[in-house]
Formats: sequence, structure tokens, C-alpha cells
Amino acid sequence: MTPPSATHRAIDAVWRIEAARIVAGVARLVRDVGLAEELAQDALVAALEHWPVDGLPDNPGAWLMATAKHRALDRLRQQALHARKHEELGHELDARQAHVVPDFVDALDAARQDDIGDDLLRLIFTACHPVLSTEARVALTLRLLGGLSTDEIARAFLLPEPTIAQRIVRAKRTLGAARVPFEVPGADERAPRLASVLEVIYLVFNEGYAATAGDDWMRPALCDEALRLGRTLAGLMPGDAEVLGLVALLEIQASRTAARTGADGRPVLLLEQDRSRWDPLLIRRGLAALARAEALADVPGPYTLQAAIAACHARARVADQTDWAQIVALYDALARAVPSPVVELNRAVAVGMASGPAAALDLVDTLAADPALARYHWLPSVRGDLLAKLGRAEEARAEFERAAGLTRNLRERELLQRRAAALA
Amino acid sequence: MRFMIIVKASAASEAGVMPEESLIAERAAYHEQLARAGVLLDGSGLRPSADGWRIRYTGGQRSVVDGPFAETKELIAGYTLIQVRSRDEALEWARRCPPPQGPTADAEIEVRQLFELEDFAPGAAIDRMREMR
Repeated sequence: MTPPSATHRAIDAVWRIEAARIVAGVARLVRDVGLAEELAQDALVAALEHWPVDGLPDNPGAWLMATAKHRALDRLRQQALHARKHEELGHELDARQAHVVPDFVDALDAARQDDIGDDLLRLIFTACHPVLSTEARVALTLRLLGGLSTDEIARAFLLPEPTIAQRIVRAKRTLGAARVPFEVPGADERAPRLASVLEVIYLVFNEGYAATAGDDWMRPALCDEALRLGRTLAGLMPGDAEVLGLVALLEIQASRTAARTGADGRPVLLLEQDRSRWDPLLIRRGLAALARAEALADVPGPYTLQAAIAACHARARVADQTDWAQIVALYDALARAVPSPVVELNRAVAVGMASGPAAALDLVDTLAADPALARYHWLPSVRGDLLAKLGRAEEARAEFERAAGLTRNLRERELLQRRAAALA
Repeated sequence: MRFMIIVKASAASEAGVMPEESLIAERAAYHEQLARAGVLLDGSGLRPSADGWRIRYTGGQRSVVDGPFAETKELIAGYTLIQVRSRDEALEWARRCPPPQGPTADAEIEVRQLFELEDFAPGAAIDRMREMR
């Protein structure tokens, strides 16, 4: 196989930059994201035909958009013709027909430059529609908004390509069958629909964050994809506090990437990380996004609160300078916003740092009965840590061993087993 | 990967003349495009070299040389820092950068890829570089 020419590499780069905008722009015309993606792909094929011969156009994005929209209009015209044969031509199609003039697309583009952002937002909300399963939303979002190939998504999630391909096909079919409108949800639906979008972005990030040494490079690349999506969304919804809160959280978490893994490939816990390896640019961006989120919200939402907790760590030059009292207060607020035993457990850890292990152990013991935490390795792990600090080594060792038995992550299990062995 | 799009200085930028409204608007639109694509990390214009200085190292001595500096085309007037998936994406974004001195004026931008500190082999000096960031 010969290496791709400069033109082909340029086409690939243009495609990755433009794919989401083009699919979104076409979807507004055809009101079907599956069809829109197909038509956008047709435009890509046309580019691959023409550009190597004619050279890249001055504005390749506009070329692709115009080509895809022309194909969309052709398709609508065919449908209208088909409908007319059956004498069922509706008013909507009539209206569309009236617009089909040669310079229609250009006029549309000129008049609606500002709407490209709106189209993108519609595409995000559609790909993350709650009618889809979480896995389907994630796959469709990476495909339509990230411009990733099914192969790349499959590698990132350690799944066979046909599984992802089928997931995407089904997702498009589900959207069609449910007649999900291509629009930004109205005020009444907005909060739960946005929560669904933010969840998808956060899941993609965490999947990348969970990657371990030796994994395919597409896995850690998911963090960058999530960050890009989050930043894009923040640009489209600059007045939404939780969008900014999520972006702040991701920027700060991403700032720790280089410090999270030791030279031997083992995970390094937050308080033991070499903070000089944290990325100051991402921290600065995270803190700026957090400040904007906090200024916008009367009551900070869960992502903003988690970002504020992450920011407490980011602001401490060394672990000993961490403002644990502030972190406890933020966990209090988080527990009010989203009551959950996991949040309570994390709060207990912060209490342990702020007020000592004995106070924290009391809290953890009250949580131990919660069935939601029965199989959660973090509970015995935290308990083991507190017991070790209290000098109760034998009990601590038993807890670390229990935690090691509960985790499915190999690296984590090794870490817990090491901690248990150190207490023997 | 991160790339810096460097805008070279011009006689006007060195004279401290603020760019025309239309140029600023174009630049803002470009940055907005980058931000909306989620690739913009940072960016700023630089004050003319008249406000800067150099430290010159000669024969083991160091001396301060105040600006302005003559070789305008070697100077930089601003930068845009982006994070992209590939070198080709960086090239495509750079192609979209509006002409910095206006549609017909000669000008130049330069694109350089940033080293990640992880590109270096581990060593004491690299650890100190990290600590200073």
C-alpha cells in the first residue's frame, strides 16, 4: 500500500474538522441523521474524486457543505416527485420545492451562518436522545460529532467493529422509528435532555481516563474527544453553568494525565502524584471555566461542584496544602444536589483528611450497611486506609484484601494487594 | 498534540499601530471557529518589540539590549495555541488563518509543534523543568 498523498491526508483532516457541521447542516434539511450522514459521506466521496485532480478548494468546508446539501435537495426532490405520483404532495414538500433554485444553498449559507451552531446543537441533542441506550448514545455521538470511524470507536471501547457498527445502525433506526425531531429541546425538556448530553461526554472521558498502559492509543484519545466535545458545547451554550462545570471538571482531570501513571505503568493516587507533572495550561483553563460556571449558577449543579472539588486539589501546590474543610463543604453540597452513598463515601474520605481518621471511620461504618455499596471495592479500600491510619493493621489488611477481591481493574487490584501485603 | 500558530510582526505591528477593525473582527471570527471546534487552547497578541528587551550572552558576559529590534520579519506579533488530533488537522486549521495584515498585504505566519515534556527521556533536568512550569 502506498502512503496516502498530501491531498488525501488534507481531505481526511478537512473531513474530521467538518463532518459534524455537515451532517448537522444536512440533517436540518432532511430531518434524519442517518440519511444526513449518508449524504455527507457522498460529499466526501465527491471530494475524494475531485480534489486530487482539481486541488483543494479555497474553502473546503463550504464545498463539502454545498455538495452535501445539493444531494439532500436532490433527495427531497425525488421524494416529492414520488409523493406527487401518489398525489400526496403535502404542503411542507411544496414549500421545500419552492426553495429549490440553483443558488438556494449559497443563499441559505449566507443567510444562516449563525445557524450552523444551532444545527450542531440539534445534532448533539439528537445523538444523545434518551430514547437511545447509553452505549448507543456514546457510539453515535463519537461517530456523528467526533467524526470517528466505527473501527476507531471499536478499538477505543475494546469491542469488535461489527458490534459498534450494528449499535450505530440500530441507534439511527431507533431515532427514525421514534420520530425524534431534529431540534434543540424546549424549556420544559431542556434539563433532562442536557443531563443526557453531559452524561455522554463524561462517560467518553472516563472511558479514556480508565485506559491503562499498553491499551490501544485510541482509548486515551477518548479523553481528548470528550474535551473537544465539551469545549464545543460550551461554545454553543455559553450561558449554561453545568456545561461549563463539566468542561472545568474535564480540563482539571485531564491536567493530571501525565502524573497518574508511574514510570512502571502503575496508577499513582491523587495525593501521591508529582504535581509538577500536572499541566498548568489545562488547570488554568479549568479554573477559568469553573469561575464562569460559579458566576452563572444560583445553586451550583453536580458537575460544577465536582469541578470545584477538583479545583481544590489543583490549587494546592503540594498535597499537604489541600483545603480539606472546603472539600467537605463541597461534598455536603454535592450530597444535597445528588444524594448518593458514593458521594457520602467520598465525603467521608474528605472528613478523614480534615478531622482525622476516627471521625471518618464512624461515617464509613454507617455507610457499610448500604446495599448499594455492598460490592463496591472503594468502601473496604477507604475503610482499610482509615484503619491503617488508626494503627489497626490487622483489620486494615483484611479490608484491603476484601477490596482487592471486589475490583475488576487489574491495576487497582495489584495496588490493593500491595497495600495489604505492606501491613502483614 | 499541540501546535502554535505564530503571526510574524509587521512594520505596523512594530509601530504599535492597532490593526483595523476589520482585521480584528476576522481574527476574532477565526478564534471563534477554533473555539467552537474545541481546539483553541490559548492565544494572544504581543506588544511591539519596543516594549521588550533581549538579554545577549557574549563571551560569558550578559547584557540587556532594549527594543525595538530592527529585523521586523524575524519578530513575532502574536500566537494561537491549538490542540488537534493530527499534524494534518493543524495544517488545515493554519490554512484557514486570515491574512494577518489584511487581504492583499504580504505577511507570514509560522506553525510549530510543541514538545510535550513526555517526549524527553526521564532525567533530573526534565524533572526540574516540570517543577518550574
